[in-house]
This record gives sequence, structure tokens and C-alpha cells, in this order.
Amino acid sequence: MITLTDVHKAFGSNKVLQGVNLHIARGESMVIIGGSGTGKSVALKSVLGLIKPDSGKIEVDGQDIDRAERDAFLARFGMLFQGGALFDSLPVWQNVAFRLMRGSLKRPNSEAREIAIEKLRRVGLKPEVADLFPSELSGGMQKRVGLARAIAAEPEIIFFDEPTTGLDPIMAGVINELIREIVVEMGATAMTITHDMTSVRAIADKVAMLHDGVIKWTGPVADMDDSGDPYLDQFIHGRAEGPIEAVR
Amino acid sequence: MINTLTSPLAALGRQILGMLAIVGKIAMFAFDTLTHLIRPPFYWREFGIQLIHIGWLSLPVVGLTTLFTGGALALQIYAGGARFNAESVVPSIVAIGMVRELGPVLAGLMVAARVASSIAAEIGTMKVTEQIDALVTLSTHPMKYLTLPRVLAATLAMPILVAVGDAIGIMGGYFVGISRLDFNSAAYLKNTVDFLELWDVSSGMIKGAAFGFIVATMGCFYGMNSGRGAQGVGSATKTAVVAASILILATNYLLTELFFSA
Repeated sequence: MITLTDVHKAFGSNKVLQGVNLHIARGESMVIIGGSGTGKSVALKSVLGLIKPDSGKIEVDGQDIDRAERDAFLARFGMLFQGGALFDSLPVWQNVAFRLMRGSLKRPNSEAREIAIEKLRRVGLKPEVADLFPSELSGGMQKRVGLARAIAAEPEIIFFDEPTTGLDPIMAGVINELIREIVVEMGATAMTITHDMTSVRAIADKVAMLHDGVIKWTGPVADMDDSGDPYLDQFIHGRAEGPIEAVR
Repeated sequence: MINTLTSPLAALGRQILGMLAIVGKIAMFAFDTLTHLIRPPFYWREFGIQLIHIGWLSLPVVGLTTLFTGGALALQIYAGGARFNAESVVPSIVAIGMVRELGPVLAGLMVAARVASSIAAEIGTMKVTEQIDALVTLSTHPMKYLTLPRVLAATLAMPILVAVGDAIGIMGGYFVGISRLDFNSAAYLKNTVDFLELWDVSSGMIKGAAFGFIVATMGCFYGMNSGRGAQGVGSATKTAVVAASILILATNYLLTELFFSA
């Protein structure tokens, strides 16, 4: 469904992606792991067209993303941002229903609000939260609202950018469970980037390890512990010693 | 030796090239904003909100500024005019000075301080917290949703702010004239009305529209191009206000040349 072929991206002299090759099948939950600054977010944002790669090809359902009609293309995606990225000036329900209140998916406000409340309920939030503003919510609640917004228009593909960063272990577990449930329930294709190994085991069907701008290893999550790949091994066990240089 | 002599010139050249590059980027940004005027969708609700934020909520600041300036202007013209027995020109000079120059420039500078900073800080924060990226993923063009409503609202609201500021400024001069300078109320008002021409007022309002466009464009441009973190947003905010203020003063000179040079 999503294919990245020899994708390169540099920011000045900093070569972030140096030939990324990756394929995510329809309905699969792919988790990309790797250290901070290895280009996980750049890879994800390149698929959405938020960052333009220097070279290489990115295809969704065999169609080059540069040739796709932008609105129709983006309508297939939902995304949960690392910090939630909720719009401060709008109440929670309008954040969730944002896509349903404008553009090709526009519907009456009352209907959009109903859908927003239903999605909030799906992520474990009460209807009273709908009229609050993002600044009145805790970090965990903001993540849930972000998740509700990502699924509001029932997208085919959902991206999760560091979904558990900044959350306590219990809330992180709740978010992981929600993500897994929603992806299975909707039959969506998911791409998650994280360095939280608990998340990886909870969310992933397949795992890809990004290091030095390339995918070092990819395979089913069940094979991760016996991969024999020294990079993956060092990363998943959090060892300071190994081929990945730890800056002290 | 040659290197020592030429290196300051090279540094100066780099600065000038850098500045020209920014001018080019701002021009392209402004042009891009205007092209969205003729490409749907247009977000009316955002436009309405910005009209209130930029126009209505700037009224107290503009009103107070022009009120005190009108009063001070009356005192200065009276004191200056007394040197050649021309105290009677106070009403007409206050009126012409306010509507042609001080009204639009002061309103422009005050709105630059209030609005350019707020727009740059808001959009800059949205950028660093990935809200702009979120807009894109929600199939909403940031230029249409954030920039165009602000630029259009500022361009349309500023002439009205200038007109209100002009009236309050003239009123400030009038109050000082009748209470401190012993002018007759009816004579002061008659002198003000008799000497003012429609072009005096409308030229100031045209200036206001240009200043409104500059203020919102600078706020949006520097917000959209804000650096990371609190320092990046702070720097974008400061630069937006400074750039808007300088551009307002430069544009004011150019428009005055265009409108009033012999």
C-alpha cells in the first residue's frame, strides 16, 4: 500500500535519509523505531508531503504521491502528532470535527458535533470534554483528543508520531491499547514512529529499524528479539555498548 | 593584504544579498496570499474573527494614541504659530496634520505593535507545536486558513481605524484648543471643517489600507518562518514588529510623495 523507494533527504549538510526502502502492506501496522534524530519523523512527513524528499519515490497504492490530487490524497490519512497539535483557539469538539466542518467532507455543525462526541467516547473521554479548550486538558487527554481527531473522518491510513512520549506508563499503556483496538476495528493501515519498546510490542505487526538514514532491519514483531541484527539488538535492549554510537 | 581590505566589503555584500533575498521572499509570500483571494474556499468565519481582533479590539489603543497626539499637536502649533502671529491656524493644521500624516502613521505603528506581534507569536507557536502541519494533514491550506483572513481583515479594518483615529485626534486638538488656548468652540469647528478636503481624509485612509496589509503580511510571514522553540518565536515576533514599523514609515513617505508632491 505504501512504498518508499530509495528516498533521500538532507537538511544542508545533514543527510537524514540516505536511501530508505520500505513497504507497508494494506491493513498492516508498521512501527518504525530508531534513536532520536535518525529521521523517523522526516520519513513519516515525507509520505504525507509535509517534507519534500530530495530524491526517491513514494507511492501509495501504486500512485506517486507527487501526482495525486492533494485534497483527495490527504482525505485518506489521519495523523496523531507527538504533542497532539490541537488548535488552541478551538474547543475540543471542533478540533475533533475539524475536517468534517470544512472542505469536501463538510456536514452540518450539529452532525459534526455528534460525530466528534462519539469519537471522544471511543477514546474514553466523556461528552463534557467536548466544550473544553485544549489548554484545559492533561497531556494524556490531549493525546486522546488527537487520536479522536485522527480517526474522525475514518481514514484508511493512520500515522502515529511518538504516541506515548511524555505520558506516564499507565496512560501510555491505555493509548497503546486504544491505538491497537482502533487500527484493528477500522481495518486501517498504520505507520507509527516511536522509540518506546512497550509501544512497539503493543502496536506493531511489523517493525523497521531506521539508523544512519537507512532501514537496517525489517520484519515481524515476533522475530525482533531473535533478529541477529546487532543494531536492532542494541536498540531493543537499550545497551550503551554496540554498533550504535551513544553520545555521552 | 587584499583579503584584509576586501573582507569587510564581502561581509557587507553578504548582508545586502541576504536582505534582498528576504525582500524577495516577502514579495512572493504577499503575492501568494493575494492569489488565494480568487481561489476558493474562503474561510468567512476566520475572516470575521480577525476583523474583530484586528479592527474592533485595536480601537482603544488607536483612539488613546491619537487623542493625546491631537492635544499635543494643538499646543505645539499654537506655540510655534505665536512666533509669527499665526495662532489661528491651529484648527486647520491639527486637522490636516492628523488626517494626512499622524492619524494613519500612528494607527499603523500602534497596530503593528499590537497585531503584527500577536499574529507572528500565534502563527509561530502554531508552527513549532506542529499545528500548521496538522492543518495540512486535515486538508486545510495554511495560507487560506491563517494568512488570507488576517491580511484581508487588516487591510479592510485599518482605513476605518484611521478614520476613527483622525476624528478622535481632531477632537483632542479641539478640547485643548477650547480649554487651554481660549479658542471659540464654534470657530474652531468651522475652521476645521472649512480647511479639510475630501482628498485629505481619503488619502489617509488609503495609507491605512496599505499599512494594514503590511502589518498582517509581516506578522504572517515571520510567524510562518519562525525558528524552533521559545527563542525562535520571540525572534519572529520582534522581527515582525520592527519590519512592519520600518515598512510603514517607508511606505508613508512613498505614498506622500505620490499623493502630494508638487
